[in-house]
Amino acid sequence: MGAALHQVTTTGQDGRWLRGAVLAALLAGFVAPIAAGLWQTGRAAFGILPAIGARAPSLDAWHGLLAVPGLATAVRHSLVTGLCATILSLAIALGFSAVVHARMTAIQSARALAPFLAVPHAAMAIGLAFLLSPSGWIARAMAPLAGWEAPPGIASVNDALGLSLTLGLVVKELPFLLLVILAALTQIPVTRQMAAGRALGYGHGIVWAKVILPQVWPLIRLPVLVVLAYSLSVVDMAMILGPTNPPTLAVLLTRLFFAPDIQMLLPASAGALLQLGLVVLSFTGLLLAEATARHVGRWWLRRGGRGLSSEPILATMTALALILAALGALAILTLFLWSVAWRWPWPLLLPESWSMRAWMSAQSGFGRALSATLILAFATTALSLILAIAWLEGEDRYGGKRAGWAEALIYLPLLVPQIAFLFGLNLLFLKAGLTGGIGAAIWAQVLFVFPYVMITLSDPWRALDPRLDQAAAALGAGPWRRLFRIKLPVLLAPLATAAAIGVAVSVAQYLPTLFMGAGRIATLTTEAVTLSSASDRRITAVYASLQAALPFLAYSLAIALPAFLHRHRRDLRGGA
Amino acid sequence: MSLDLAGVTVRLRHGAALFPPLTLSVAAGEVVTVMGPSGIGKSMLLDALGGHLPRRFEMTGQVLLNGCDVTARPAEARRIGMLFQDAVLFPHLSVGDNLAFGLSQTVRGRAARLARIAAALDQAGLAGMEGRDPATLSGGQRARAALMRTLLADPLALLLDEPFSKLDAGLKEDMRRFTFAHIRDRGIPALMVTHDPVDAQAAAGPVIEMTGP
Amino acid sequence: MKPTLIAAALAGFLASPALADWPATLAAARGQTVYWNAWGGDERTNAFIAWVGEETERLYGVKVAQTKLTDTAEAVTRVLSEKAAGQDNGGSVDLIWINGPNFLAMKEQGLLHGPFAADLPNAKYLDLSETSPSAVDFTVPVEGMESAWRLAKFVFNYDSARVDAPPTTMAGFADWAAAHPGRFTHPDPSNFMGATFLKQALIELAPDPAVLQQPVTDDAFAATAAPLWAWYDTLRPNLWRQGESFPANESVQTQLLNDGEIDMAMSFDPASTAAQIKAGLLPDSVRVFVPEDGSIGNVSFVAIPYNAAHKEGAEVVANFLLEPATQARMQNIEVLGSFSVLDPAKLDDTAKAAFAALPGALALPALTDLGPTLMEPHASWMTRLTEEWARRYTK
Repeated sequence: MGAALHQVTTTGQDGRWLRGAVLAALLAGFVAPIAAGLWQTGRAAFGILPAIGARAPSLDAWHGLLAVPGLATAVRHSLVTGLCATILSLAIALGFSAVVHARMTAIQSARALAPFLAVPHAAMAIGLAFLLSPSGWIARAMAPLAGWEAPPGIASVNDALGLSLTLGLVVKELPFLLLVILAALTQIPVTRQMAAGRALGYGHGIVWAKVILPQVWPLIRLPVLVVLAYSLSVVDMAMILGPTNPPTLAVLLTRLFFAPDIQMLLPASAGALLQLGLVVLSFTGLLLAEATARHVGRWWLRRGGRGLSSEPILATMTALALILAALGALAILTLFLWSVAWRWPWPLLLPESWSMRAWMSAQSGFGRALSATLILAFATTALSLILAIAWLEGEDRYGGKRAGWAEALIYLPLLVPQIAFLFGLNLLFLKAGLTGGIGAAIWAQVLFVFPYVMITLSDPWRALDPRLDQAAAALGAGPWRRLFRIKLPVLLAPLATAAAIGVAVSVAQYLPTLFMGAGRIATLTTEAVTLSSASDRRITAVYASLQAALPFLAYSLAIALPAFLHRHRRDLRGGA
Repeated sequence: MSLDLAGVTVRLRHGAALFPPLTLSVAAGEVVTVMGPSGIGKSMLLDALGGHLPRRFEMTGQVLLNGCDVTARPAEARRIGMLFQDAVLFPHLSVGDNLAFGLSQTVRGRAARLARIAAALDQAGLAGMEGRDPATLSGGQRARAALMRTLLADPLALLLDEPFSKLDAGLKEDMRRFTFAHIRDRGIPALMVTHDPVDAQAAAGPVIEMTGP
Repeated sequence: MKPTLIAAALAGFLASPALADWPATLAAARGQTVYWNAWGGDERTNAFIAWVGEETERLYGVKVAQTKLTDTAEAVTRVLSEKAAGQDNGGSVDLIWINGPNFLAMKEQGLLHGPFAADLPNAKYLDLSETSPSAVDFTVPVEGMESAWRLAKFVFNYDSARVDAPPTTMAGFADWAAAHPGRFTHPDPSNFMGATFLKQALIELAPDPAVLQQPVTDDAFAATAAPLWAWYDTLRPNLWRQGESFPANESVQTQLLNDGEIDMAMSFDPASTAAQIKAGLLPDSVRVFVPEDGSIGNVSFVAIPYNAAHKEGAEVVANFLLEPATQARMQNIEVLGSFSVLDPAKLDDTAKAAFAALPGALALPALTDLGPTLMEPHASWMTRLTEEWARRYTK
């Protein structure tokens, strides 16, 4: 018996091989191109861009950048909107999670958040612009009360303070931070700690701030940095909602990169480094604030004060969160209404005439964009999932040891502003003759899809009961059989969620698709952003609706599919 | 069949051994009980024998099955069955499929495999429960299903990690009898880790007290 | 016709190598897909380009794929990046809808294929004499490096339901805005349309408009633009949002007009107002007007990058755009409503009849209503003008 058994590799070596392969892919596919892109941008910032005859190192690019009118204001716009949006989203998310955590399960809240997570930034921005503008829905509703005969002359979008951009960013980033915080809370015995704290005479909100938050923060620090980097350097949303004269730094740089005068590429590259500097500076500021808060927090904690009731603050945050959710929902609703409107003049609350013509006339166009979007979403999500599974499985087989530095690299694309390396990267790709194809676009998107898939999948994966794997091994199942027959099926719900997030991120990509697809790959997002600068709001609304619907569909499937497949498996139901 | 340990100990990589080297021989159908204080590394010993040791630990010594050295083999190639405190049934598979997952591939043909599974369920008092969701079984039913799943894999040895500790008092007695009877009938060498002296009594085999290094 | 003339014409015909090669061009073009990089902000233009693709595929086996741009400069950057990367063949851009500074940039950088325009068979319908709008692009000689396809003439439009008498001169806009604060604006001058608004005013207000046809100098700029800034300083505080922010482009401005946020807008296409009313994008009451002294006019072109992968196909498309039937369809208000670039004097009777039979519309001005066409200033003026504007008003 058992004479035929023989063994070639131990699981440890197998895991090492798998991990090595994933690491190599990561280094070659992620780190090297970003570093090379930054290098090219950096060279151009210091005067070297042979393509336009700039060969001698100089500081002219920086002088050129400083001479750009309104640069200081643009930097201020970026900092103010980026920081305010991050701080506001974080504060509201923390306050709201304190309230909602006790009343909703993680799954219920994930489901409630899904639609807001699903809507890409561009679609949300377009919808909010419809909603908030002086001739928008809100102003129309107020017109009879305020006695406005014509739209009021107030700058409620594209305002010079960046309020509408900040609002747009908060509407989009709040659900993401909420999701991250609620996921982090599942790792902390909140209920018991809350009970213990209240038994000691502390109020609900004070226990939250003194006991729970310090434990949550390390778990959400990275996502907060991602939100911060994104808010500081967002292009599409800032183009639609942000200040215009001057715009935010990222939009200003995009204008410079695409200016008719190609000599502007040099100051644009210098500006890209400045943008990178802003992000680094803000990161430093946040980490300093964290250190300060830790000191002050301890002092506060040791004083033992039971303090004032914090309920009003929590109630305010909750109210703000609900208002923002309502704004987001109304924005999506106006998108859809505009797509089926024919004429919808001021001050009517509903369209004067209806038509499906926007859906019909755009058909040939959006058919192509839709299929390109689907292909990209499918390919990037599949690739990212395979890569993430290979990474996590390699970790398991290697014995559960995590390589922290390598993991940090995954998030690099989310932390470095796109504009800082995409131009350089584009040059690099052109040299390699790789641009313009669907392959290049897929690769560029995976850069941003993979980190989100990893964020979503890694916690549930690592939380999987290791004895399931051991039991299967003890029954004679090899590593691949254990992976495909046990781990992946048990993890179906988190896998589906990760896939849905992958689809949502892929659908939302704008700059990478534009650059790497050489503009030939028209997706719903590139088309929607292009059309948002066009006069036919109804067609813009068609694209934006589709752009919002696709990820929403993916989320719905991610919830419905595991629920259906596991409908007779009690222990797996509701495990997301 | 026999399970032999030759100077087996577990240590943190580059660290000290958790317990002194253990050398013992378990004969076919015999259940050797390992007892000792918490934290001494009893579970670690079972993980080492089964090939489930986390990477930060390493094992020295040899594990022999029927005189054959399996120390270098991965868990799935050792043919050493494992029973945990909880049944650890796969939550996504029906009871029948859990058993089918365990059933040795030497049993071929759909009908033959189904018959073996039905027979095993019958033995465990679970007749006709192939389609049930494991989550709907009672604790005792789950433990019996897990034992059947393990036995269907034709293990050459069996490791039991406090297998009865989570069962109700009344159920414990039944389950001990049921488990040990199967081990004796099939002549499988078994090593059991437990805190409960009654388990050791019921096993009726040698008892080893583990002490620190 | 006298035999000598025929002989001369024939000789001229044969002397042009490209024309002689036209069948060869057609043969090489068959099966190609032309990537036409064109601003994608106008759904009717996109639909027209799609129709062009269907026709060229049917007639010549040449497919057209539109690469929709938010800004034409994107295509320039792309070709430039390709050149930088040493990709001198098989480039990703085959045809660009272009004019003005983008054309100047590409021409100066040697990024264009050609000359080819005069050699297209349908070039015979164009007036290509030295000063004709089809031969000069923003005072830059075209020299066959781009081929005309549609006519642009700067016009204003206003909602007649809210405005009784629109201004008749550029100077009059300041008075009108003072009487109706917040009801007028222009696109951001970093955008083509916003820049054109400033140029239109510059031409009217300049002490000596003739200098505008020369490259700009510091002295000329200071002297010529001074009255413009004086005028603009009185206008700006009365603009929409106090002149602190501006719509990104003409389309966004059209939306503002449609939403009732402003009462007047502008366009580079006299037919666009009628077309937009028909498409439900503007109220029925919007009408077109031009300042008494006329308005800036120019021609939109298509150019082929030096490294285009499908040059032959691109030439076939450029030629197809100049077919009288294509131009008549383009001018049809129900299709695109963009005025033809062809010289009416060179059309035969069938073609003339096709143009005469086009449907009209209330908001569609007759050519005679549009007044004189003013020449675009030299391209360097526009750059200087927008830079100075940004310096003055972007804080």
